Amino acid sequence: METVIIDYGMGNLLSVQRAFEKCGSDAAIIDNPLELRSAQHIVLPGVGAFPDAMEHLRQGGWIEELDRAVLEKEVPILGICLGMQLLAEKGCEGSVCEGLGYIPGEIVMLEPTEAKERIPHVGWNEIEKRVDVPLFDGIGDGTNYYFVHSYHFRVENEEHAAAVTPYCGGFVSAVARDHIAGTQFHPEKSQKAGFKLIRNFLAL
Amino acid sequence: MLKVRVIPTLLYKSVGLVKGVGFDSWRRVDTVLPAIKVYNMREVDELILMDIEATAEGREPDYESIRDFSRECFVPFTVGGGIRNVEQIRRLLRAGADKVSVNTAAYENPDLISEGAGIFGSQCIVVSIDCKKIDGEYRCFSHSGTKDTGYSLRDWAAIAAEKGAGELLVTSIERDGTMQGYEIGMIRQAAETVGVPVIASGGAGCYEDMYQAVTSGGASAVAAASIYHFTEQTPKEAKEYLGERGIPVRLR
Repeated sequence: METVIIDYGMGNLLSVQRAFEKCGSDAAIIDNPLELRSAQHIVLPGVGAFPDAMEHLRQGGWIEELDRAVLEKEVPILGICLGMQLLAEKGCEGSVCEGLGYIPGEIVMLEPTEAKERIPHVGWNEIEKRVDVPLFDGIGDGTNYYFVHSYHFRVENEEHAAAVTPYCGGFVSAVARDHIAGTQFHPEKSQKAGFKLIRNFLAL
Repeated sequence: MLKVRVIPTLLYKSVGLVKGVGFDSWRRVDTVLPAIKVYNMREVDELILMDIEATAEGREPDYESIRDFSRECFVPFTVGGGIRNVEQIRRLLRAGADKVSVNTAAYENPDLISEGAGIFGSQCIVVSIDCKKIDGEYRCFSHSGTKDTGYSLRDWAAIAAEKGAGELLVTSIERDGTMQGYEIGMIRQAAETVGVPVIASGGAGCYEDMYQAVTSGGASAVAAASIYHFTEQTPKEAKEYLGERGIPVRLR
């Protein structure tokens, strides 16, 4: 199977699947970790709370298979929204909780720096690229993506911050480390700009 | 900068798309699927779909239809109507909704908001509040605007936000469908009460109404239905109008 979308009980997977199909990929929603073994691209979606998501991944037996696919076989993975946050070493939503640890950093709450900034950060906002990564090939600074979140990824190494977005003083809206990538925004809900990014991911 | 969202609202009855005046006298205007396709093609910022009969008829959300609709929807999709428990929220999200909107059931069980937010995250729980001015106070109504809940807008908005609502969709019952403008005082009161985004709804008749909802009302998004069904005005032009006046919008 070309692209597998991990179904661990969190979030809207259909729109992710549809978006990948629209981008020409054969995408399957999988609920068995063993199916990761034949994956060429992995998508880790998700909405909800960090600790619940990690618990679901653990209970579902996903973590060992993910480690094998992502760390050993170096299969490209794209984390979306909460899925991106799970790539971090730890999350601090409610209680401190260990993440997948693929990209150094932690998940912390957005803190408004201006009175008009409301939390959650909901809606279309632009990205500004920080490092040159294939994920953003042909995507310009100022491109709008759809966001809906209250927490953000604080990276340990700036080189993993692929893009930032001007809200709450600026936060990392995309991370990338070789074949491991994540977007705080929803490419599957961002129309053309989102499809462009998905196609870039599929080319990895 | 975060953009102000321009959101078409689709009112859905089992027979198809309808549009009402003052929460009554609904008439069928279209079928849902073509409407979603058109809005999607025109790159609207978001869509809200309300099943306006589900609560009155005591029936479940129509998951099968939602699944069909979401297949055509590549913008954020909020679904409301008839949601009574967390399991229904789960099924709607699995059917392709990105957010759900709760209204009547939340008054009866405010913990529905906190349970939903706890499991699925605040970002996908929209609390829809229908209001009418009574004795100088904005009062919240449930059951498609037919039952006075006794809550003031200020109190209920604060409770909803505290319980974990990610957004409030505030609708003026009396302005809905009249195209006489949003009830700005109502929007402003909600926006001043909570720190989560407020979506203005009910009464938009022209682009200037939307401008007022944002600048005077403090709305983060403007929802509208009649204006798009019954006039030549479009979400795209609405954004151009707002953009020309210095409101951040997504034009491309």
